[in-house]
Amino acid sequence: MANKLESSLKNMILSLFLISMVMSGALGFVYVITKKPIEETQKKAEIEAVKNVLPAFDNDPTKDVKNIDGLMYYIGTKSGEVVGCAVKSYTNKGFSGHFEIMVGFKPDGTIYKTAVLDQKETPGLGDKMKTKWKDQFNEKNPTSYNMKVKKDGGDVDAITASTITSRAFCDAVTRAYDGFMKNISNTNKQ
Amino acid sequence: MSSLKYFTNGLLKENPTFVLVLGTCPTLAVTTAAFNGIGMGAATTFVLVFSNMFIAMLKSYIPDKVRIAAFIVVIATFVTIVDLVMKAFVPDIYKTLGIFIPLIVVNCIILGRAEAFAQKNEVKASILDGLGMGLGFTLAITVMGSIREVLGNGSIFNIPLVAENAKTMLLFILPPGAFITYGYLIAIFNRVKAKYNV
Repeated sequence: MANKLESSLKNMILSLFLISMVMSGALGFVYVITKKPIEETQKKAEIEAVKNVLPAFDNDPTKDVKNIDGLMYYIGTKSGEVVGCAVKSYTNKGFSGHFEIMVGFKPDGTIYKTAVLDQKETPGLGDKMKTKWKDQFNEKNPTSYNMKVKKDGGDVDAITASTITSRAFCDAVTRAYDGFMKNISNTNKQ
Repeated sequence: MSSLKYFTNGLLKENPTFVLVLGTCPTLAVTTAAFNGIGMGAATTFVLVFSNMFIAMLKSYIPDKVRIAAFIVVIATFVTIVDLVMKAFVPDIYKTLGIFIPLIVVNCIILGRAEAFAQKNEVKASILDGLGMGLGFTLAITVMGSIREVLGNGSIFNIPLVAENAKTMLLFILPPGAFITYGYLIAIFNRVKAKYNV
């Protein structure tokens, strides 16, 4: 400890400057080498999420993603034919605010599958929406299926003790369906 | 102290979680599952070892008056490295731990060890101290995560122990459960420690 640098202005500036220089150099290096793997993982996660909610497809839906009004539309095709469209939707009505889900639609507007992407609902209560609960939406067509929880006069069984989360989930699915009908379904028919 | 002592010091005698009671924020927040404990512990250990090593190496070149600023720059660098590497290679754990990875920067254990140990000791001792403290922390939060996961979710390391719809003690997954578990564990740990005089 005896030969510690004296706290003179020059020494302080110099040592902080040098430490910051070296550290930012190190950070830049790590950033460059992790940049590609991070992009790849994110893309893989995106495709994985689309795969979860659509029937088998053989194109790369992340290539021509449509982003309309904050919703993302991924169209899956198999040998040129459209098999479905995955819509990344959200709601702000969750018990902890915002969460994101992915809804897969068949070309006629029937829900194929749903998946929860990013959520921070109460563990053990609201986050049960990740489990089998969400399967009740499969194969339902929102034109004939009342997308509300039973308490509100709809057809959806709410999660026990998590009505708010269930309502929010319905809200997100409805948003996805409306967007799909407005922006995707019509353009396909032409 | 022999070099082994530097290492075991962090595991038992001065366990950062149960004895020093440092870094309680991640301890309470991420221990909802046993596996989170391992992920968080590994990230913290990495940062601790490297920040201790660097600070011990640089200690005679850092003027006293700017030492905290210098320490934080070193620590923040390693935290960002961990953040980037985890994001690239273990995205699942990264997603669960979320904001608590960048928050390692303000974890008191790391700045505490830099200030109390690394700036007064040799490089080798500092590395061992960082390793011991890191593993002590990992062990503590993994134990806590296991208890909370078993009681609150009926599973351990994501392996279910009870039937799917069985009622579990939800309280232990929620924030109050963290405080209750933490309190009992501190009490038990210190009781045992006092009894065997370690």
